[in-house]
Amino acid sequence: MQLTNRAKQVDRKPLNIAEKIYLPAVLKGMGITLSHIFKKKATIKFPEETRPFSPVFRGLHILNRDEEGRENCTACGLCAVACPAEAITMDAAERLPGEEHLYREEKYAAKYEINMLRCIFCGLCEEACPKDAIYLTETFAPANYSRQSFIYGKDNLVIPHPKENPEAFTKAKGLIDERKAKANQEK
Amino acid sequence: MSIIEILFWFLSALAVGAALMMVFSKNPVYSVLWLIVVFFAISGHYILLNAQFLAVVNIIVYAGAIMVLFLFVIMLINLNADTEPQKNKWLKIAGVIAGGSLLLVFIAALRQSDDVIKAQVSMGGEAGLIKTLGKTLFTDYVLPFEISSVLFLSAMVGAVVIGKKGD
Amino acid sequence: MILLAVDWAMVLEKTIFIAVIITISLVVALYMTFGERKVAAWIQDRIGPNRAGPLGLLQPLADGLKMFFKEEIIPTSSNKALFILGPSLAMVTAMLTSAVIPWGDKLELFGRTISLQIADVNIGILYVFGILSLGVYGIMIGAWASNNKFSLMGGLRAASQIISYELAMGLSLIALLMITGSLSLGDMVRQQQEGLWNVIVQPLGFLIFLVCAFAECNRTPFDLAEAENELIGGYHSEYSSLKLGFYLFAEYINMFISSAIMATLYFGGYDIIPFYDESAWGFSTNVMALLGAAALFAKILFFIFLFMWVRWTIPRFRYDQLMDLGWKKLIPLALLNMLITAAVILWWKL
Repeated sequence: MQLTNRAKQVDRKPLNIAEKIYLPAVLKGMGITLSHIFKKKATIKFPEETRPFSPVFRGLHILNRDEEGRENCTACGLCAVACPAEAITMDAAERLPGEEHLYREEKYAAKYEINMLRCIFCGLCEEACPKDAIYLTETFAPANYSRQSFIYGKDNLVIPHPKENPEAFTKAKGLIDERKAKANQEK
Repeated sequence: MSIIEILFWFLSALAVGAALMMVFSKNPVYSVLWLIVVFFAISGHYILLNAQFLAVVNIIVYAGAIMVLFLFVIMLINLNADTEPQKNKWLKIAGVIAGGSLLLVFIAALRQSDDVIKAQVSMGGEAGLIKTLGKTLFTDYVLPFEISSVLFLSAMVGAVVIGKKGD
Repeated sequence: MILLAVDWAMVLEKTIFIAVIITISLVVALYMTFGERKVAAWIQDRIGPNRAGPLGLLQPLADGLKMFFKEEIIPTSSNKALFILGPSLAMVTAMLTSAVIPWGDKLELFGRTISLQIADVNIGILYVFGILSLGVYGIMIGAWASNNKFSLMGGLRAASQIISYELAMGLSLIALLMITGSLSLGDMVRQQQEGLWNVIVQPLGFLIFLVCAFAECNRTPFDLAEAENELIGGYHSEYSSLKLGFYLFAEYINMFISSAIMATLYFGGYDIIPFYDESAWGFSTNVMALLGAAALFAKILFFIFLFMWVRWTIPRFRYDQLMDLGWKKLIPLALLNMLITAAVILWWKL
């Protein structure tokens, strides 16, 4: 039964003499491989060169701070609810007097953990967050030796301080602002 | 003792020792390997006699081809020390008698070896070089040479016939 | 004692020369592993190793070091003595062949004439052949001693393949020997220096020799002895660490030596330019000898590249195809070539 007309009929004629000697075919093949030696190489020398990221690339998470370096997260738990892989857990705590420079609102996440082995990098947490607190960056999940080390706590997740370490801050933030602007535009 | 004499005795000891090891090895693979050592020692003797061609042909044909096939067969049928069958007492006696007769023939032949040595010397020690060897083979001994090649051909044909029988 | 009545200067000269040749072939083999990876990468549109040292040139050292530090495993059910003998034999036979290859013309140093050939024996090519036929023992012994079915299969394949292709190789050589009339490699090169390169006289013979050389070196498309997708690693499945390194290294040295032999037999050895008398340049003997050695090396490098080029182009033969090619195609072709050569020599009384 013919489903499509794309099927290619294979020629099953016995080989003629020129084909039986094989040498012409061998030489042709060697010509092809030789031409590949002079072709442009597809390799990207990774640590020095990187491939351009897609604007919608979703890598490791960060917990955002505002311009003064206060954490945005209020431990509302919407991200944990939104997470289809149930990778996020958190403990909420109340901001004490004198901690205003650390946390933006009066409730904050004392513990915030993402299990990167469970995470599927879908970005639903980012969409669920009402406080602009969690974002997916362009960083890959790095390799490690133990499962335990893939449970990222606040020490791995919170973005560097924008005033104390502005360089690391912009680097960690990457394309987030651009992405945010684009998303707003679409809205 | 000159260097040649030392080499001669060394090679002789090697040949005899390796031959004995070949006979007494329980494992047939070891026997084959010792036999290869014997061939090397004999090739060394050929070189001492200025018969380089014979030496190399000995290595190519015996050590390089025939023994490889021996080893091939032994490895394929996986002969071990334990699979060696118990030998009949009479078989042993027959073996001793046959071996002894062969030894007698050798001794009888070697008693007249003076003539051979003289013939060798008369050729100026070049009996083993390709030029002399080729000339002798294709002039004086051309008939036996060709007959023996026909013999090999018939052996080859026979092997093909046996191999073809299956299908 | 007449025992010590030898030319000690000559012994010294030869010893140094042997050491030099062995070092060169080891270094060349070392960098062939690197070259192989590079050529493979280029053919596959990749870059290849480029991290260790400038341009990745220290990669072979890193590879060697890695191999050195691997755990040495001797299987308990193996035959220990033969298990160790196998790779050693493979290495020794690979190194032995270089003795009769003329690496260049004569050098004049310290008032002595030094021939750039370890031994110009009058049966040179037969010697090469003899050592070549012994090369299979290293593989077979190692394969059998491993006490592993896959190894044994690899060893048996290697043995039958090498024996089959040796015949065609010998027959193609006979035609060449009819033309040169000498078995000495030195003579052959001198004849080619004065006359034509043998490849022009014997193109078919060269082609057969080339195919057989691929088979003898166990290189793709004839690498059935270590066909990794059906026999794991073939004869070296059970080997690890430096013993495995010896096997792999022996293969590369074999490639180097057979390239040298092909260059010597068919491409004029250390002859620099065909159809041209280089003595017209008026250089001294030493310069000419070194130039000749360089020319030989260039030819060898070309053949090594050819080995690699073919490896990354042509897929492996099936076993029956291999035997079919060897026995039913190459041997009749070689016989035909021999007959034609003999007829031509007889007819024109060359």
